[in-house]
Amino acid sequence: MSAIIDVQNVNKAFGGLQVINDCSIQVAEGSVTGLIGPNGAGKSTLFNIIAGALPLDSGQIFLAGEDITNRPANALFHKGLLRTFQIAHEFGQMTALENLMMVPPRQAGENLFSTWLKPGAVGREEAEVRRRALEVIDFIGLHHVRNELAANLSGGQKKLLELGRTMMTDARVVLLDEIAAGVNRTLLGDLIRNIERLNQEMGYTFLVIEHDMDMIARLCDPVIVLAQGSVMVEGTIEQIRNDERVIEAYFGANVA
Amino acid sequence: MNELVFFINNVVIAGSVSGSIYAMGAVGVTLIFSIMRFAHFAHGDMMTFGAFMVLLLTTLFPQAGAAIGIPTPILLMPLAMALTAALAVGIDRTFYKPLRAHGVKPIVMVIASLGVTLMLQGLIRLFAGTGGSSLYVDDRKEIFRLPVPIESVRVPVVITEPQLYLFGLTILSVIGLHLFLSRSRLGKAMRAMSDNPDLAQASGINTNTIVAVTWMLAGGLAAIAGTLLSLDVTFKPDLSFFLLLPIFAAAIVGGVGHPFGAIAGGFVVGFAESLAVFNWSVLLRPFRDSLPEWLELPANLAFVGTEYKIVVPFFILVAILVWRPTGIFKGKVIT
Repeated sequence: MSAIIDVQNVNKAFGGLQVINDCSIQVAEGSVTGLIGPNGAGKSTLFNIIAGALPLDSGQIFLAGEDITNRPANALFHKGLLRTFQIAHEFGQMTALENLMMVPPRQAGENLFSTWLKPGAVGREEAEVRRRALEVIDFIGLHHVRNELAANLSGGQKKLLELGRTMMTDARVVLLDEIAAGVNRTLLGDLIRNIERLNQEMGYTFLVIEHDMDMIARLCDPVIVLAQGSVMVEGTIEQIRNDERVIEAYFGANVA
Repeated sequence: MNELVFFINNVVIAGSVSGSIYAMGAVGVTLIFSIMRFAHFAHGDMMTFGAFMVLLLTTLFPQAGAAIGIPTPILLMPLAMALTAALAVGIDRTFYKPLRAHGVKPIVMVIASLGVTLMLQGLIRLFAGTGGSSLYVDDRKEIFRLPVPIESVRVPVVITEPQLYLFGLTILSVIGLHLFLSRSRLGKAMRAMSDNPDLAQASGINTNTIVAVTWMLAGGLAAIAGTLLSLDVTFKPDLSFFLLLPIFAAAIVGGVGHPFGAIAGGFVVGFAESLAVFNWSVLLRPFRDSLPEWLELPANLAFVGTEYKIVVPFFILVAILVWRPTGIFKGKVIT
């Protein structure tokens, strides 16, 4: 399998603090790759760099062979690279359904002229987007709250909505930033099943940051361990669990 | 009945005039706030700049309007709107964008906009002089005196041509703005960005485009307001600067970040002003005979003198911040 995301020798410092240190990772197309590491390892920073939310100091990033270094998040979205946020983001003043309907790119209603000149086409397209949004909202199990303002949803429901957003468009790679945090066990099972289905049926590639080791174990292969801004180990979850260096990084030198 | 016509002239028409001007200014202020999260103090001078562009163009082509029968300043206003929109985008690129890129606090942006205020005002003064000048170079301001078709009424309703244009353009702008924000994808993207900029960008919305569109809208509306205000009175370099307080009061009354609230807020402030300076003894005069002996009707019975008009928006501002800080429509609270 070829690498759909290829991060090469990326460096990033905040002031004097070298957060990402000559880091190179590859995400294979069609995989669900886990990214773990102790607090302060640079996971979220690396994630934000890939997603175009942070500029990098040096290095290069490729998406399916195309150089996407320092491209803004909105440009990456149109290339099929989507992300969720660690703290769930939502358009609070819109309903859950409208939040999903905001996503699809390049609708005919996009420019003012077609709103006037081709009301039929715009209407049809909006109906199509609406149909898809209703399907997605069923899929993520939020049908009963679809007309609530997104600001009023619970933390876990907002996380589901985040996942739902990625399903509104034809994504190739989805970056999931601690999607399980604050989601209860039952909902978490749904979430994992949804991610698996999207991976298998729709061919989405996932890069997952997670602290929940159960979820990593159930979902991710391979798993990349980040420590002090660069890759420490990469392998299956079994290999990671038995690696002395990982245990040391997580629990300190004396435990093992 | 004469008194009622007097009331219409001095309160209804005067209130609508200042209300429309405040509304168009406040919409710009509130849009800029909701997209970029700072109070844009240079807005008054963007209005003046628009009027100055009209003055410049009208001086260059004084006869342009006569050919098709509308006043030259009105004819040339779209050009001035485009120039003001370009100026607004240019100011953003030169002064505000570098600050945003550094992620400065909103207060730094506010101070920067104060700097832009001084700079714009200085430049306009440099080129237009400090005195007043009329935008009517070759035309004459039409004043319509509409007789009221009632026998006993001798006072006509007085309305000027620029006032009619002002009302018409205000209505058009409100309808246009509504269609833009609710129907077009760009307008929806603006609402999305004002709600959550990070998520908007991660949803494929180009935030740089939205920022530019916001400045163009705000600049265009500012040019309309400035021009029509200068047509109604006269052009002065500091004319719109003194409207800053009522405009911000209007934006806050309507709930900051809420464009239609800003329009309503503009009219609330405009009417409050004209009601406060209106001489109420005019309306009471017909009932003079039925008043008790000891109550003598004073010649001037207004809440505040005309020269102290500015206290009205100031009072509204304080009152709304104390009693209802989110405005009459719920907007973003300034934190």
